[in-house]
Amino acid sequence: MTKVEGKNREHKVTIYTLSTCGWCKKTKKLLKDLEVEYEYFDIDILTGGEEGRIREEMRKHNPRMAAPTIVVDDGKEVIVGFEEEKIRRALGHG
Amino acid sequence: MADKNAILNRTKKNAEDNGYYVCPDEDLLKDLIDGLATNEDRYGYGACPCRISSGLKQYDSDIICPCEYRDADVAEFGMCYCGLFVSETIKNDPSKMKPVPERRPVEAQDAGMEAKAKAESGEEMPSPSESHEHVQVGTDSKGIPIWRCVVCGYLCARELPPPICPICKAKADKFERFSFG
Ligand code: SF4
Repeated sequence: MTKVEGKNREHKVTIYTLSTCGWCKKTKKLLKDLEVEYEYFDIDILTGGEEGRIREEMRKHNPRMAAPTIVVDDGKEVIVGFEEEKIRRALGHG
Repeated sequence: MADKNAILNRTKKNAEDNGYYVCPDEDLLKDLIDGLATNEDRYGYGACPCRISSGLKQYDSDIICPCEYRDADVAEFGMCYCGLFVSETIKNDPSKMKPVPERRPVEAQDAGMEAKAKAESGEEMPSPSESHEHVQVGTDSKGIPIWRCVVCGYLCARELPPPICPICKAKADKFERFSFG
């Protein structure tokens, strides 16, 4: 897990991503631009037991197992894919 | 190290040959080509950069770029799942690029990850492509092997068996090479 600091800590934000995926990159950049604090798991570079555990965690929020999956406040809201408007509405101000 | 220029040129050529265009968003295009290069280096084949791959070729055969889902996605959404290949409409108006819902069955991903976990724990892994190497092989007119699902009888012509049967969802190790007579 990697944590990215941000001024906006209103929500707990966890994203499940891939290090190689362009849409995941866009998602990370948007959160950064919105100054949202978040943590991310790059599924493709996890190893051994951790990989299995994190995949199951991801599956709870998104059974289709598609990246990026954006989880807000432990699942109060789950956004699948780089849905810019939805992400802004859920996490941005205005 | 994989040659990124070669991957880009190959992708452009493939797009042209199939009536598609490459991603009009230059940053995204670069990221996707980088992702394909990373996957070629670590897996030995260009697995889809936006999907979770097992690293086992026979289980990822459906998501080696260009993946089996591309044509259906470009037809329905104007772009493949990653956005590497797009239609003319999207090329002319990149603002229409929107997330494409995943078409690959989750069972295919799970089958690969299960085999990977087994391989890592030292358990023997079913290797569908190798175990049938010596069987007399049926091929289609282009010389591509024909595979038969032993559970439901589904037949398909492709280099490797699908990770799961599209009809009955049996896993890759339930496929055998189909031979005539
Ligand atoms: S979704 Fe696009 S980039 Fe990904 S494997 Fe398929 S064709 Fe290639």
